[in-house]
Amino acid sequence: MTESKNMTPKTSFNSDIIKRVFVQLGILPFLLLIAVVIFTLMSDNFLTGKNLLNVLRQSVYLTIVSLGQMLCLLTGGFDLSVGTILALTSVVGALVMATIYAAMPDAAWFAILVGCCGGILAGTMIGVVNGVGVAYFQVSPFMMSLGMASVGFGIALYLTGGTPVYGMPVAFGDIFGFGEFLGIPTPIYVAAMLAVAMFFMLSRTAFGRYFYAVGGNIKAARLSGVGTKGVLFWTYVLCAGFAAIAGMLLTARLDTGEANIGASMPLESIAACVIAGVSLRGGIGRPENVVLGALFIGLVSNGMNLARIESYLQTVVLGALLILAVVADQIRLRYVATLKD
Amino acid sequence: MNRKGDDIAFLETVALSKTYPGVRALDGVDFQLRRGEVHILFGENGAGKSTLISLLAGANQPSGGEIRFEGEAVTLASVHHARDLGISAVFQEFSLIPQMTVAENIMLGAEQSRCGILQPQLQRKKVEGILESLDFHLDPDQRVDRLSRAEQQMVEIAKAFRSDLNVLILDEPTASLTHHEVEQLFCIIARLKEKGVGIIYITHRMAEIQEIGDRITILRDGKLIATRDAKTSSQEELVQLMTGREVGRIFPAIQFNPAETVLQAENLTSADGGVMDVSLSVKRGEIVGLAGLIGSGKSRCGQACFGAVPLRGGRIHFKGQAFSNPSPRRMIENGLLYLPSDRRQEGLMMMRPARENISIASLQKEPFSNGVFLSRKGEARAVREHADRLKLVPNRIDRTAEHFSGGNQQKLMLARSLAQRFDAVIFDEPTVGVDVGTRVAIYAFIKELCENGAGIVLISSDMSEILNLTRRVYVFYRGRVQVELRGGDINETNILSHFFEKQAA
Repeated sequence: MTESKNMTPKTSFNSDIIKRVFVQLGILPFLLLIAVVIFTLMSDNFLTGKNLLNVLRQSVYLTIVSLGQMLCLLTGGFDLSVGTILALTSVVGALVMATIYAAMPDAAWFAILVGCCGGILAGTMIGVVNGVGVAYFQVSPFMMSLGMASVGFGIALYLTGGTPVYGMPVAFGDIFGFGEFLGIPTPIYVAAMLAVAMFFMLSRTAFGRYFYAVGGNIKAARLSGVGTKGVLFWTYVLCAGFAAIAGMLLTARLDTGEANIGASMPLESIAACVIAGVSLRGGIGRPENVVLGALFIGLVSNGMNLARIESYLQTVVLGALLILAVVADQIRLRYVATLKD
Repeated sequence: MNRKGDDIAFLETVALSKTYPGVRALDGVDFQLRRGEVHILFGENGAGKSTLISLLAGANQPSGGEIRFEGEAVTLASVHHARDLGISAVFQEFSLIPQMTVAENIMLGAEQSRCGILQPQLQRKKVEGILESLDFHLDPDQRVDRLSRAEQQMVEIAKAFRSDLNVLILDEPTASLTHHEVEQLFCIIARLKEKGVGIIYITHRMAEIQEIGDRITILRDGKLIATRDAKTSSQEELVQLMTGREVGRIFPAIQFNPAETVLQAENLTSADGGVMDVSLSVKRGEIVGLAGLIGSGKSRCGQACFGAVPLRGGRIHFKGQAFSNPSPRRMIENGLLYLPSDRRQEGLMMMRPARENISIASLQKEPFSNGVFLSRKGEARAVREHADRLKLVPNRIDRTAEHFSGGNQQKLMLARSLAQRFDAVIFDEPTVGVDVGTRVAIYAFIKELCENGAGIVLISSDMSEILNLTRRVYVFYRGRVQVELRGGDINETNILSHFFEKQAA
């Protein structure tokens, strides 16, 4: 009861500061620093404005997916179907767009609009099913999203027969894939807008606060008048919506509809969140850190590419980083107990 | 009893200290336990009781001082080691594995085996022997998750008897037991005393101190304040020693100004049958008690009024509006709040800041939001005000809930009822596991809510709360209201007589 009065910092000042930064911000700042130093030493091209902008652009897709994934983690679940959502969105969006464009070659913009809507809608439907299962039938998020990952992937392959979908208007790729505005690639604007919207929702609206409440203690949230089922439902719908937008952007970049994209997304998005300090037990996590987490993963792959590390080895590094982040989270919890204030 | 050997300290601590970073949890404690006595540990939450027993049970190691067992200094390196010396603790949080049987749990860590192969027959026989010697009627093959909480406690106690028992430590053992089960526990304690076992017993309940205690040791801020004779010490004296100040009367005098009926339940029946055909009413400006044994349906009834359990029949009238299918969300919007008894399981989001825990039920309203967006400033200002009023210690609203002591966590939850103007509040066991100092603060706060015109429902298993705070009492038995008592009829005999069987049709 009187511990605050008896506080006597005895540990040395420096290690205390490092400990406090670690407890407050998690492992991410340390990892970022280490990565930047190592890759700068390994490659002259790494620490240049052009390359860093490149990292930003490459990380856009993962950033958007990770923001959605964070919502699932906040409520104490996760979504393993984000990769499938990317694939299904890409295939459906491309098919719709190519079909309309073939029928009405003059209405390129109409085709792009309807195609994007169709693709995002198709991807979001996976989230709707996930949400209904998790919120209203209490299926564990693990089983639900794993099952839907298979369903979605199957549909995407069935629709295309496994071959890429061509025939989209050239403008689509030119603008949303390779376009630039004021020297900055367009996908970055989309990601930035989504990140700001997510930040605003989570910190400035009651609805956003409810994601933390449901993950913090779902019974307490219910007894406090939070519509917990609705929150869980929207968690998976929003997550899928974010993944679907990423799917459309990636389609624009590839200029084809592909059923084989996004396979690494579930792991990478969860890794980005965990590295950014989102708790796997739910209730803790900040969107601004998740953006940094996704950028960090982008930075590492970019750095490894520049340093000519083989892509097979890169997956090893990614998996190891994920485990390291979880271990660091456990250590952090131990420190939190010793540094109560 | 007064043989000379009895006075020699059997288990003793000398200048025992325990320091956690930033906190001196235990500070030079000289504690003595004799053979065959029930020694009560008494103190506020955070006074050092839990730390002391965790050291004695070998769960933690002291930072200074020593523990002497039968006159010799010992180092209790682990719970296992302490158990070898016959020192066993039954903590509040059970260490049972729900999916295992009674026998497997009792023998966990000391399985009977031959050449590495388990011997279930041998094990069963041994467990049966233990249960028989304790007179516990438990089936060794029953799975633990199918047992009631009291039965689980029996299993936990039985674990202590695996080897010869010298010292038994019980941490608030009666907190979740029914009246009958408490009596059974006291019988066991009496038998253990005769066998010469020393018992350390932590409780917050005044009545238990005189009923079973021989001596009582009061701890405050990690220091041993005094050791007294339990039978002859007065309650006022003990409370004063514990809090270090004059608390005055624990229960405030409340001015009831009953006005119109605010909450009314009409033939309420819950889908699970826990509440059967209950009708009751609550007026503004009065405190209505719901009494009964644990599991009698009083708590379920409170939840049913709030819409937290599905209803099969009946309805709720709140402020003149009828609800046949209430939900917590709609009831909160209309001005009714239910505060659960289990703050850890149902009350608080432990890893979120105090601020969010207090404001969670009122985020849609001023000053927490302007309808669309949250107002960070408005929230912080309002929450700080409520924290001041409840004297939150430490008064830091951005500290996470898990880093507050039990009593202050309770305050966080109760402060939810201040975040907006509720017309009625249902308190479910508001003072369970809370020390006397916090208790006084909570009663004062309930009194204030009531006198400001809210209707209060007080669900409590603590008889003294019901007797001292309520204007009317509904007594529950097996999901039904047995009787409604008011004014002068509210006394212990009257209430207790309705706890068990229906007196007259």
